[in-house]
Amino acid sequence: MSDNAEAANSAGRKAPRSKTDLFVSFTLLALQGFGGVLAVVQRELVDKKQWLTLDEFVEDWSVAQILPGPNVVNLALMIGGRTFGLPGALAALAGLLLAPTVLVLLFAAAVAGVADTPVAQGMLRGMGAVSAGLIAAVGIKLMGALKNNPMGRWSCLGVAALTFTAIALLRLPLAWVLLSLGPLASIWAWHCLGQGELA
Amino acid sequence: MNIALTLTFNDWWSLFLHFISLSLLAVGGAITTAPDIHRYLVDEQHWLTDTQFTSSIALAQGAPGPNVMFVALMGWNVGLNAGGGLAAGWPAVSLALLGVVVTMVGIMIPSCTLTFVATQWAHRNRELRAVKAFKAGMAPIVIALLIATGWLLTGSHEHPALDWPLWALTAVTTVVVWKTKTHLLVLLGLGAFLGAMGWI
Repeated sequence: MSDNAEAANSAGRKAPRSKTDLFVSFTLLALQGFGGVLAVVQRELVDKKQWLTLDEFVEDWSVAQILPGPNVVNLALMIGGRTFGLPGALAALAGLLLAPTVLVLLFAAAVAGVADTPVAQGMLRGMGAVSAGLIAAVGIKLMGALKNNPMGRWSCLGVAALTFTAIALLRLPLAWVLLSLGPLASIWAWHCLGQGELA
Repeated sequence: MNIALTLTFNDWWSLFLHFISLSLLAVGGAITTAPDIHRYLVDEQHWLTDTQFTSSIALAQGAPGPNVMFVALMGWNVGLNAGGGLAAGWPAVSLALLGVVVTMVGIMIPSCTLTFVATQWAHRNRELRAVKAFKAGMAPIVIALLIATGWLLTGSHEHPALDWPLWALTAVTTVVVWKTKTHLLVLLGLGAFLGAMGWI
């Protein structure tokens, strides 16, 4: 689907050049992602490579989030599939999983028996606290993308506040929250899009 | 610490089927299936010890790559148990690799197929009002989920008097990542260092 690559280029945005580019980019991305890859994904794909704008990243991330399976894996399949079809999706997926699998197994074999020591536990604690901050920071950065949302700023903030309360404070199951707030917000957005067309 | 196992072809097949069946339930990331994997591998089949289960998750968090790597590690450990542990050498390692392939392919195939088909459709129909409305409606929810995840990961430390340095580290990281272009590995390395020294 090179038409997409051309469209992207004409919009002043870049696109993956080849399946090798996809494979290598996702390998490098995966290898930087300790404690999850999300924070790195935003920085690499939006800030550095500019394959996606912030708005597109939020849209794609929503879809990746709601479909079953690891979010980053879903995102890789989407970006790869959009530019080079099934081979592109497989190239991105292989890039994301191959090197980390080899590395994590070597890591496991090397630290067998060491993982329970206080030093190793302390390192995991420290890295855990940092990765919590990385994830929260990505959320804060992505708030910028809500400016262009058809629902308007206040509806967006309301939906976000409800979601945060349900998940972080009330600890409701994710599936409940997605299946109740998701359709409500989407219907509201559908309504707002219709209003926009009329105006 | 290891358990000695003999796994038949049927056992490998049921391991594969179990991960296949979990794949489509993993909404919000593979980690949401961890409780069920524990029930199956540790409680029901006794293919994995409790320690192996917990350290698989911790190691996957500490190593680069998507969190789903914990599944590969569990497959690895089941295979190692079946082969008599790392000390048994190459036969055990090959069974462990078989475990990695069986579990990872199982957890990946259904969800990847669904994602690929659904997103190709959505991309072809991206101008449809329904597709636009779905993406616009979901955006604030997904953003709030990220902030909530950061909050929950920090909040799992339940002793304010003892754990405030961890909270501070999380807060400082949030601001630094938000406002600067500091390399993420630098921050993770710093966290690992502070933790290893026992300062947090």
